[in-house]
Amino acid sequence: MSQPSETTPILEARKLIKVLGGNRVLDCVSLDIGRGRVKVLIGPSGAGKSTLLQCLNFLTPPDSGHILLEGREVDGASKKELCSFRQQVGMIFQDFNLFDHLSALENVRVALVKVKGMSKLDATERAIAELKRVGLADKATHYPANLSGGQKQRVAIARALAMDPKVMLLDEPTSALDPELIGEVLAVIRDLAQNGMTMIMATHQISFSASLADEFIFMEKGRLVEQGSPAELLGKGSSSRTQAFCSKISELTGDSDGECRL
Amino acid sequence: MSTPYFEFLRADLAPGLLEGLWVSIIVIVPSALLGALIGLTAGVLRVYGPWPVRKFAEGYVSLFRGTPLVVQVFFWYFALPYIKFGDWSLVLDPVPAAILSFGLCSGAYQSEYIRGGLNSIKRGQIRAALALGMTTRQAVLNVVLPQAFRRALPGCGNEVIYLIKYSSLASIITVNELTGMATTIAKNSWRNIEVFCTLGVFYLFLVTVAGWLLRLLENALSVPGFERPKA
Repeated sequence: MSQPSETTPILEARKLIKVLGGNRVLDCVSLDIGRGRVKVLIGPSGAGKSTLLQCLNFLTPPDSGHILLEGREVDGASKKELCSFRQQVGMIFQDFNLFDHLSALENVRVALVKVKGMSKLDATERAIAELKRVGLADKATHYPANLSGGQKQRVAIARALAMDPKVMLLDEPTSALDPELIGEVLAVIRDLAQNGMTMIMATHQISFSASLADEFIFMEKGRLVEQGSPAELLGKGSSSRTQAFCSKISELTGDSDGECRL
Repeated sequence: MSTPYFEFLRADLAPGLLEGLWVSIIVIVPSALLGALIGLTAGVLRVYGPWPVRKFAEGYVSLFRGTPLVVQVFFWYFALPYIKFGDWSLVLDPVPAAILSFGLCSGAYQSEYIRGGLNSIKRGQIRAALALGMTTRQAVLNVVLPQAFRRALPGCGNEVIYLIKYSSLASIITVNELTGMATTIAKNSWRNIEVFCTLGVFYLFLVTVAGWLLRLLENALSVPGFERPKA
């Protein structure tokens, strides 16, 4: 196979459809993301943001549609192909999903040993490096029960990063966190973006994501309703659906204005 | 007319019961291990197995939990030899027959504890394991089972305590374990009160040692978030 060119999207979804309980949660959704880009999914609850992210790595297999990694279609029916595909697509969950019986270090290490077949020594070294990257080297021996929510999410990010993913999917990474813990996780995400990590992130942190997103995607009722740069969608005088949604959130949280303006 | 208790204990009762104690241990330890192995397997299959396997495992549990253990012991010892496979039939010696009965029965109960433990682990952890590229099998073995086992351990330990006591049923198929030896001594000496009270003390001792070992195991496996509730 020829080398994927610079312009080949890293991850591409074509016409994804997912019906859950009679509802079209994903209604023919297509999107693609190029190397080093950051796309942010926003929209009301139930819009299909989580389902879209989970379909992208087959945790929820789509009913129909195609998913391509660097231009090559992924066969969701082949377990082997799925496992190798998922190693290249990191996923961050809203509720962290750390392995509760393993220390922070072991959480990061386990897949390196079991999935990548690394030696325990190499895997440990790599795991410590990743924990350092998210600022948790000193918590390596702590168990999830003894970590704060923000620390848990940072361990989860380290765990995903250790697999050297080509793209990261983040499903509302800060929604389950106390307000004072959100900052430390956002800092790690910002750092990733600045280091060129390709990311698709569902979030309600609109002003934060506006500062690092290349593109905002507004989702509603299983469709991508609006797409564009944060400046386009949130700019002065914009009458976009995104802008209206964002104002509503700001009203609720009490930020009188500014939140949605750039 | 009869010798004092301590004289009787030293000369007849203790040597007999110690011999029986050894046989009891030979029955109990393999039964407990077999039960744990079967229970673990059946428990995992009941939660993660494909439909036919799950049904089979459930059938096994209802059969072995639903019939008296004495009946099961009789079946393996007295009935099994009459089941012919062509010209061939399986005749079990008393000790293997007892181990098989106890292991199968214990496994049925153990699988319940394991199943409960497995179901108590949040689904999200499996999703996270899959998202890292693990197969379902790797996710169950490396992520769910180690946690489920810790959750199930107090229940499983309880089952081992039961097993120690129902191992006395082996005496009815001529295994000379603790209870078998005690009955013989009682018949010969007519000192029933002393014999059976002493027998009780022997079981109490076994159960105490087992409880202590189980506690050591629980402590060894304890990690934050899975520790034993402090009294």
